[in-house]
Amino acid sequence: MKKAAGKRTKLLRSRAVERRDAASAPKTGDKFVIRPAESHDIGAISALDARITSLSKKQHWQDLLARSKSLDFAQFFLVADAPASSKSLLGFIVGEIRAWEFGSAPSGWVYALSVEPGVREHGVGEALLAAIEAEFKRRKITKMRTMVAKDSPLPMLFFRAEGMMAGPYIQLEKDLT
Amino acid sequence: MKLQISTQLAIFALVELVVNPDHQLTVAEIGAKYGVSSHHLAKVMQVLARARLVRSIRGAGGGYQFCGNARRTTLLDVIELFEPLGSGGQDASAPGERTGEGRALRVVMDEIDNTVRATLSSITLATLCGLVDRHRPEPAGEVKARVAMARQ
Repeated sequence: MKKAAGKRTKLLRSRAVERRDAASAPKTGDKFVIRPAESHDIGAISALDARITSLSKKQHWQDLLARSKSLDFAQFFLVADAPASSKSLLGFIVGEIRAWEFGSAPSGWVYALSVEPGVREHGVGEALLAAIEAEFKRRKITKMRTMVAKDSPLPMLFFRAEGMMAGPYIQLEKDLT
Repeated sequence: MKLQISTQLAIFALVELVVNPDHQLTVAEIGAKYGVSSHHLAKVMQVLARARLVRSIRGAGGGYQFCGNARRTTLLDVIELFEPLGSGGQDASAPGERTGEGRALRVVMDEIDNTVRATLSSITLATLCGLVDRHRPEPAGEVKARVAMARQ
């Protein structure tokens, strides 16, 4: 039991080091920097999401940020901002490595990706997706997945343009009324 | 699902024109690659020209040029120029359509139609060109080299 706990601590420490490395080496584009989200970003993240979805869910983003900082989850919460001012949030992405749900081998899931409407088509979304893809690959993950509403053309066109294709699962649902 | 020949040719022709934005291609040049007559392809190009996806440039060195937005034009946009898509919608006069069985079958067929439309409307010509690159057959030399490396 002690041995297993020791092994786990070692694994978590190694994850912490990896995260620190990722945080200390932000990826720079021509006009923006990609870095791990911090608590001071939550206001801007929540506001951007609310502008796009018309739903305010600050607590949700706070919970996701807490998970990304916890060593118990392989979750990633990255933001893109203008290098001159860290107050200027351009977009964000959230994803997590999940294993054996629905019988699936470990894969990287992208839960949320949002880019400020005024800076779309300038490579921010591509850079955020590439950054989280790199995090997944660093952990030997070979498959990245997401879910997009059929009637949301913009995200659908974006993920398709990034090379994502239909996967081996079909999402099913049932009215419970 | 199988596309009509004209629809397939339209997509192939558009891909050729999108990846050659600085050149005008003739129907003979495009037709030669896909083994189709210039006559057949010319009719397809007329439909694409009417939809303002291509323009014809006359004179020596003339041909067709893509003039749409490759990042916004989807496969669904192109296909619907040439053929109706899906299982045809509800036809109240069709046998059994008003029975529970008919309605249940319609629900399943509609699900399939919705999935097909969602897929086709999410693939732009630019995305398809990227897919073409990924699925391009490797030249025989490269395959041999890769096999040799794998054996080392």
